[in-house]
Amino acid sequence: MDFGQFISYIASGTVYTVGVTLIALPSGLLIGTILALLYVYGGKAAARVMNLYSTVFRGIPPLVLLFILFFAVTRGINLSAFWAGSLSLGIVSSAYQMEIVRGALLSVSGDQLMAARAIGMSRLQSIRYVVLPQAVRLAIPPWSNEAAIVIKDSSLVYALGVPEILRRAQLIGASSQRYLLAYLSAAVIYFLLVFGTTRLLAVLEKKLTIPSNP
Amino acid sequence: MPEPILTIKNLTKKYGENVIFQHLDLTVNEGDTIVIIGPSGTGKSTLLRCINLLTRPDEGQIWLDDMEITAKDCDEDQVRQHIGMVFQNFLLFNHLTALGNVKLGLSKVKKMSDEAATEKAMHELARVGLADRADHYPGQLSGGQQQRVGIARALAMDPRIMLFDEPTSALDPELIGEVLEVMRQLALDGMTMLVVTHEMGFAREVADRIVFMEKGYIVEEGSPDEMFNHPKFPRTREFLWKITELYGKKETDTN
Ligand SMILES: Nc1ncnc2c1ncn2[C@@H]1O[C@H](COP(=O)(O)OP(=O)(O)OP(=O)(O)O)[C@@H](O)[C@H]1O
Ligand SMILES: [Mg+2]
Repeated sequence: MDFGQFISYIASGTVYTVGVTLIALPSGLLIGTILALLYVYGGKAAARVMNLYSTVFRGIPPLVLLFILFFAVTRGINLSAFWAGSLSLGIVSSAYQMEIVRGALLSVSGDQLMAARAIGMSRLQSIRYVVLPQAVRLAIPPWSNEAAIVIKDSSLVYALGVPEILRRAQLIGASSQRYLLAYLSAAVIYFLLVFGTTRLLAVLEKKLTIPSNP
Repeated sequence: MPEPILTIKNLTKKYGENVIFQHLDLTVNEGDTIVIIGPSGTGKSTLLRCINLLTRPDEGQIWLDDMEITAKDCDEDQVRQHIGMVFQNFLLFNHLTALGNVKLGLSKVKKMSDEAATEKAMHELARVGLADRADHYPGQLSGGQQQRVGIARALAMDPRIMLFDEPTSALDPELIGEVLEVMRQLALDGMTMLVVTHEMGFAREVADRIVFMEKGYIVEEGSPDEMFNHPKFPRTREFLWKITELYGKKETDTN
């Protein structure tokens, strides 16, 4: 096997890595945002439940949760390892993303909400048109960090047998006995994915920055 | 006989055990400018927040025209449209331009078309002298300009009454004049206004009545002449003297 084939075998796992990320990150964002809105605007009881959710899911290693969720989910429904892994990572990530969105919502502060209510907007309108657009901007830097974590954590689904980058590196490393080269190749691909994503988000952040005088 | 726009009867507000004000009565007639003065922590801001239902009073009633807005079945959002509020810290929507700030209520609350909302918003910005700053974000405006946008945003809803909570206290002295000038013009145009301020020059010149509040009570109210020249209570004289000493100088410097 020549070097080109070696690399392309590992690199073809990128499809799975990207796929897992593209499922886990948005589903985590969706759940995290809904939970954050409930946390901040849903009253005391909701806040307590959300706090529990966050504490539990952030207090367990992602791999352990992955196994638990995988076996819990696949017991009930027939779900492929790819989907079960992706959704599990999405749930883990939702706890972190909830904290990110919550922090952003809180730092837009009650004053902006009050000003919106004062012109006769409903609570929902005020959140939708005044709080959220500002919170999104504040959330991008920490969210970028979370995106990097999810890309890297997507490697955990190798444990469920999904043929993503790490899994392939392991397989070809074993068959060729060139472990170091295999893992180094995997590392480079992960790094490029993370680097590209964070750069893209930095550009987005800059584009969304609200103009102000220095 | 002037028509009362705002009638407050027997209003009481507590935060837990802490009574902010008790059994407070106040009437504001159409076209009047009422200035409320009083020491810090007296409940002036709380009173304004009760009037536009941003906080709920514990007892008493408030009428806007002949609608009781403290009634249980009253639609808060509906009421607030008719009561303009200007805040000490401006509280502009930071992610929107001056135009966007003034337009938002027109588009989302009054459901005006984009074109109509823009036209109306530009009219209000022109009214506060900021038509040429329409596309500036709050962060690109001076404090005085931001506060004028704040006034335009409230005016755009065509309120029955405007509430001002220390609209110039967060401003550098040299920027106070432009905001007071806009407010003076509003009063001349017949807008009904309830203004909490320490600007005694404004109070003397523009107010129809000055209300002196202390420790949750209205100590005394009267015309500027009565309050400045023949107050009934020594506390009123004392406070007015102190406040003119504190803030009056600044004002004569800049005007
Ligand atoms: N949300 C709140 N919860 C508890 N106490 C409050 C709250 N808001 C205001 N207070 C208390 O109510 C009292 C009156 O406050 P308020 O802000 O109405 O006074 P003010 O007359 O506007 O004073 P200032 O001149 O400093 O603005 C203060 O003692 C304040 O601590
Ligand atoms: Mg106050």
